[in-house]
Amino acid sequence: MKVELQNLTKIFPSRNKKSGEEVIAVNDFTFTIPDGKLVGLLGPSGCGKSTTLYMISGLQQPSSGRIFFGDEDVTDLSPENRGIGLVFQNYALYPHMTVKQNILFPLQNLKGKDKMTKQEMLDRALEAAKLVQIDELMDRKPSELSGGQQQRVAIARALVKMPRVLLLDEPLSNLDARLRLQTREEIRRIQKETGITTVFVTHDQEEAMSISDMIVVMKLGVVQQVGKPQEIYDDPTNLFVAKFLGTPPINVFRGKVVMDMLYIGEDPVMKIKGVEDKDVYVAVRPEGFELNPKGKFVCELSNVEVMGRDVSVVSRHEASINPVIRSIINADSGVDATATNVKFSLKPHKVFLFDTETEERIPFEVK
Amino acid sequence: MKEFLIKIKFDKWKGWLYLSPAIVLLLVFTGWPIVNTLRMAFLEDYSSLGELSGTVYSFGIGNFSKVLQYKKFLDTLTNTMLLCVLTVPLSTLLALVIAVCLNAIKPLQKFLQTIFFLPYVTNSIAIGMVFAAMFNIIGVHNAAGPETVGIINNILGLFGVEPINWINAGSDYWANIAVLVVYIVWDALPFKILILLGGLQSVNKQYYEAAKIDSTSKLRVFTRITVPLLSPMLAYVVITGFIGGFKEYSSIVGIFGEGMGPAGADGRLNTMVGFIYDALAEQHHGRASAAALILFGIIFIVTMINLYVSKKKTHY
Repeated sequence: MKVELQNLTKIFPSRNKKSGEEVIAVNDFTFTIPDGKLVGLLGPSGCGKSTTLYMISGLQQPSSGRIFFGDEDVTDLSPENRGIGLVFQNYALYPHMTVKQNILFPLQNLKGKDKMTKQEMLDRALEAAKLVQIDELMDRKPSELSGGQQQRVAIARALVKMPRVLLLDEPLSNLDARLRLQTREEIRRIQKETGITTVFVTHDQEEAMSISDMIVVMKLGVVQQVGKPQEIYDDPTNLFVAKFLGTPPINVFRGKVVMDMLYIGEDPVMKIKGVEDKDVYVAVRPEGFELNPKGKFVCELSNVEVMGRDVSVVSRHEASINPVIRSIINADSGVDATATNVKFSLKPHKVFLFDTETEERIPFEVK
Repeated sequence: MKEFLIKIKFDKWKGWLYLSPAIVLLLVFTGWPIVNTLRMAFLEDYSSLGELSGTVYSFGIGNFSKVLQYKKFLDTLTNTMLLCVLTVPLSTLLALVIAVCLNAIKPLQKFLQTIFFLPYVTNSIAIGMVFAAMFNIIGVHNAAGPETVGIINNILGLFGVEPINWINAGSDYWANIAVLVVYIVWDALPFKILILLGGLQSVNKQYYEAAKIDSTSKLRVFTRITVPLLSPMLAYVVITGFIGGFKEYSSIVGIFGEGMGPAGADGRLNTMVGFIYDALAEQHHGRASAAALILFGIIFIVTMINLYVSKKKTHY
C-alpha cells in the first residue's frame, strides 16, 4: 500500500494563552512512501517525526493537508478505520493479559463479515507469533518478558490483523545496544517477509541508515531531505543533514574561497571552480582525509585511537568548529602518533561546502 | 576509644529515642486498650466498676456465649451485615461509573471533582440530619400543620408515588434500610471516587490509543482494559468499604438519633458498634469487649476473603 502525504501540516495551539504563540510541529510535509518499502523518519527530538507518524495513524488530526493510502483519502478516517498497525515506543502491551491474549485482542474486535471463529483467531495469532519468534512465550505475561521479547509481542499484535501500513514509534529506543542491533535486523526481516509498507521513527541516524529503504530527515517540522540512505550521506542538501548523518560526525570548518582556491582557516587545501569568492563552511567526512607529507592541511595532532582495521586520528585546527577533528585512516598508512603535527590532503567527493548564512550546500567542481 | 564506644551505643539507641514519643502514645492509647479488651472479654461478667471495688473475676468464655445468645446482638449483626452487603457493591459501582465519567470530561473536571469530594469533608451527623429532613414526613401525620411530606416524597409525588413513611413512627423496616442505604452510599462515594479517579488518571493513555487503533468498542475497553487496570484500586476500595461498613454507627445516629430507630421502635436499626456502645454505657465491659472481638473476627475473616479473591483477580 502506497502512502501519500500531501502538504501535511500540524499546528499545536499555544499552551500559554497570553503569548499566543503556536507551535508548528509539522510544516507542509509532502512525500510519497512507495508500496512495500521501509521508511525511516529521522530527526532530533522535537522535529515533528512522531507527530507525522501519529497523523498517519489517525491518532492526531492534521491541521491541513491530506493523507492517502493508495488512492483512498484517509485524512478524515478515524484510526480504527484506517487499517494500520502501530507499535508504541513503550509497546503499550496490556499488562494484565498474556502474550496470547494480547495478540488475540485486535482480532476479537473484528465485527460483521470480518468476524473470525476462535480457531481462526488462534491460528492467526500463532502465525504472527511465529513470524516474530515468540510462539514459545504465548502464556507469559508482559512483565515476565525481556524488553526485546515485549517488542516482538508488540509487533505481532500490530501485524496480526494484517494492517495496510505498519507504524513503529522509536521501536528500538527501549532496548540495550546489543539487542538493538539484533532487533533492527529482525524488523527488517519481518518487513521483507510481510511486504507491508512500514514507517518508523527514530532519532538514531545509524538505525535509520542501516535498515531503511528511504530516509526522511526532518528538522523543526520541516523536511530537509528525502532519499536512499547512501544518497543522503553522499549528497546532503544542507549543513544540518550533513551533520546529522554519520558517525563519527562530519568535521566542520570555517573556510573561504579566494580566486578558485579553497582555504580552511589560512591553509589552502584544494583548487576548485564554480564558486565565487566568499566565506564558506567546509565540511569533511571523517573518511575524507588522507595522510600526505605534502598535504596542505596541517593539524595539531592530539592522539591516535586504534580501532583495528582503521585508526581514528584526533587532531585540532584553529578553524575547526567541532572541538576536535576526527579522521578515519587506514591502519596501514602508518601514523606517527608522537609527531606534533599531522598533514592531510582531502578527498574532494568527501568535502562539502555550505553557505555561512543559509547553510545550504554550495556545489563546486574540482580543478 | 571509650568515647567512640559510647557514641556507637548512643547511635544504636538514638532511633528508639526519636521514636519514643509515638511509641509511648501508641502503647498507652492503642496497645493497652487492645490487651485490656482481650482481658475483659475473657473475664466472666466483668465490669470495671466492680473491679475497682475489689471484685475478683474468674476467666471464662461466658461473655461470648451471653452476647451470642442475645437476640439484640444478633439483630445488630443482621443490620450491620445487611447494610454492608447492600452499600459496598452499590457505592463501588456508582463510584466507578462516576469516576470514569469524570475522567472522560475535560472542562470543569477539577470543579466537579471538588463538588464530588465535598461530602467527605462534611460532618456525617450534619449530613444525616439533612437527610432526615429530606425524608421527613411530618405533614401527613399532623393534619393541623402544613402539608409537608419531605422533599423526597414531593419528588416521588411528581411521578405519582404516594408519600412513603420513610423514617417516622410507624415506618417500615425496609423503608428505614432504604434511607440508610442511600445515605451511606452517598457518604461513601467521595473517597471511592477520589481513589478510583486517581487510579484512572495514572493509567497509561497509550493502552487506550492501542485499543482505539484495534477498533475496540467502548464497552470492551471498559471491561477488558479499564477495570482490570483499575483492579488494585477497586480491591482497596472494596476492602476499606467493608471495614467501614462493619463499623457503621454514626449514619444511623445522624438520621434516627441515638434511639437507633424510628420513634416507637428504638434500637431496631442498631449496629454492632452501637451494641458495643450500649453495653459500655450499661457497665457491661466484658460483654462489650466480647462483642468487639467478635466484630474484629468478622472483619478479619471478610478481609481475608477479600484479599484472597482479589489476589486471584487483581493485576498489580
